[in-house]
Amino acid sequence: MKAAVVVFPGSNRERDVALAIERAAHRPASYVWHGDTDLPEGTDLVVLPGGFSYGDYLRCGAMSALSPIMRAVKDHAARGGAVIGICNGFQILAEAGLVPGTLMRNASLKFVCRDVHLRVEATNAAFTSLYQPGQVIRVPVAHAEGNYFADDTTLDRLEGEGLVAFRYCDPAGQITPDSSPNGASRNIAGVFNETRNVLGLMPHPENMTEDVIGGTDGAILFESLVKALP
Amino acid sequence: MKARVHVTLKHGVLDPQGKAIAGALASLGFGGVEDVRQGKYLELELAETDAAKAQAAVKAMCEKLLANTVIENYSIELV
Repeated sequence: MKAAVVVFPGSNRERDVALAIERAAHRPASYVWHGDTDLPEGTDLVVLPGGFSYGDYLRCGAMSALSPIMRAVKDHAARGGAVIGICNGFQILAEAGLVPGTLMRNASLKFVCRDVHLRVEATNAAFTSLYQPGQVIRVPVAHAEGNYFADDTTLDRLEGEGLVAFRYCDPAGQITPDSSPNGASRNIAGVFNETRNVLGLMPHPENMTEDVIGGTDGAILFESLVKALP
Repeated sequence: MKARVHVTLKHGVLDPQGKAIAGALASLGFGGVEDVRQGKYLELELAETDAAKAQAAVKAMCEKLLANTVIENYSIELV
């Protein structure tokens, strides 16, 4: 799998995600500057990493969504290429219209940095194929604006078409209001686009890829991608 | 020509910041504030002198960048 990690001014998880990819794919990921206009030849996976691109000015991800590289990212996605946006990357995907909905300020108004439990809701995608349906995993979140919002019509469509990828849950896998760190609509932590080749995800699987830091539940996502995109 | 743009959350969209401000006002003893909605105010200095063209240009800016029309409304005032 040939992966390209887009670096925006203010990205800060690009090395974490590149390391997670390198461990799973046994080859390094390329870094691509947001001002570039082309992805490296043969790119299979594009990653929009976490961070605070453009200092979150105006709205999180709003300015990055208009960066020159995003035209190439949109073309890649339109060709069926895999794209994952994590945290600020999810906000960028939403602002760019590559996944539905948007991310609002956490209902608590607080920055939340802790481990959360997620239930894997769909395994019929390149990102999640090595998880078990309904599997409960533990990964960290670190965000102030992760409160996923879409109107009820959109939410019904996402659920009806199986495009909800992950939901916040309690350790037993129950979807409860208390298990959401941010007040997201219907506890949604991650969504696919309608062709399931784009994933927007608020938590950070790249930061749960080694036993020494508490677990490897996040590594499975990158291993799934390597299996799907050899 | 100057454009004043107000960006506000759509009706029905939870505004936790507005709620926090309403709570703070109540705790300061300001009674009778039933709801607070927080928004953004932007001032644009425009070279354009034709009001209709300026209106159209600022509308395009709002749609493309200044507002997220999934959750926000905007209003434009030219002065």
